Amino acid sequence: TLEACCSRAWTSCFNSTSIMAVEFEGGVVIGADSRTTTGAYIANRVTDKLTPIHERIFCCRSGSAADTQAIADAVTYQLGFHSIELDEAPLVQTAASLFREMCYRYREELMAGIIVAGWDPRRGGQVYTVPVGGMMTRQPVSVGGSGSSYIYGYVDSNYRAGMSKEECLKFTAEALTLAMERDGSSGGVVRLAVVSEQGVERQVILGNQLPKFSTV
Amino acid sequence: MREGAVNRYTLKNAGLFQPNFGAKKWTNPSTTIIAVTFDGGVVLGSDSRVSAGESVVNRVMNKLSPLHDQIYCALSGSAADAQTIAEIVNYQLDVHSIEVEDDPLVCSAATLVKNISYKYKEELSAHLIVAGWDRKKGGQVYATLNGLLSRQPFAIGGSGSFYINGFVDAEYRKNMTRRESQEFVVNALTLAMGRDDSSGGVAYVVTIDKDGAEEKCVLGNELPTFFDE
Repeated sequence: TLEACCSRAWTSCFNSTSIMAVEFEGGVVIGADSRTTTGAYIANRVTDKLTPIHERIFCCRSGSAADTQAIADAVTYQLGFHSIELDEAPLVQTAASLFREMCYRYREELMAGIIVAGWDPRRGGQVYTVPVGGMMTRQPVSVGGSGSSYIYGYVDSNYRAGMSKEECLKFTAEALTLAMERDGSSGGVVRLAVVSEQGVERQVILGNQLPKFSTV
Repeated sequence: MREGAVNRYTLKNAGLFQPNFGAKKWTNPSTTIIAVTFDGGVVLGSDSRVSAGESVVNRVMNKLSPLHDQIYCALSGSAADAQTIAEIVNYQLDVHSIEVEDDPLVCSAATLVKNISYKYKEELSAHLIVAGWDRKKGGQVYATLNGLLSRQPFAIGGSGSFYINGFVDAEYRKNMTRRESQEFVVNALTLAMGRDDSSGGVAYVVTIDKDGAEEKCVLGNELPTFFDE
């Protein structure tokens, strides 16, 4: 069986997180919380975990901040080089494969759970998940990080194929809010980005603007 | 003889198959349980898997155990510990209800469970959710994790409950009808069983209101399906 231990890996993550990516017709919506912790101290409360790898390819980083930054830098270089050679925009699958190569080869040393998402002209919006351990799989919706455990049920029940961009944005914001409410290692603001043929639109939802759920 | 009693007998005498058999995985509660209040009563739900490491020892275990006619508890954690607590409290409640010559309150049942959980909290690893209906306060749900006692509109427990925290936070509404609560419970259990490998099998649902307790078993092929199935 495939060993996708991303849902259990949070126990030994140095920096815990909630990240999410959803495909829609024409692109992807990606989102993340903004908290970086070292132990009980929040080292950065406005972190940007949505890292551009190429013009229309992003990655959402969870796990060790140091590891994921180093991997992302390396893949950004490799992908840039590759796209100059090809003389066209790289495929999202190529970016995901580069991440997978590195995460699998150095799996003993690394602690990185990455979601690669973007748009390319050949296959449209795509989401690939590369959890701890180095497997890669394409999924219509993917969640990651420590906070993701709490929202598997919500995502499974609320995701529908064929949602519009606005519905995906709302879905992502709500799911991340629920994760941030329950996970002590996730919090701050919700950063969202829409990657499509037109380019990248980024937005931030501040703490007081997050969706509210009727709790007791 | 209740189905639950048969399973209890089988498990107790299965010697080696006590889920507390030494692998560190069993220190985690391995189940999904949920209890929800609705207008006029409560609905309890549980999965049916008892696992010992990688092996499923019992795939049809009913984890909803009656403490009294209209008070049930949902078992999670170590099966042996949870069942023992339930048996002891069942006995204590019988004695208590004879003494007061009336049906016991849900609060009393929960307090009895809490007392045992707290006194032996170092030795035991079981979390029981107590829920039922009484004449004084209607439907109530009490969580007794690690020896605390907390009355809540709904409670979830067990390893599978981590995955449905977001779902229940988003979907729970006050004053649902009986039917809506049952659907809510079955949906929550299905989602948890879909993601947690220590939960699975069938879904047992018990609905308690002023007229009594109604037990139901929802088989695997009758459970709701979601987008990736």
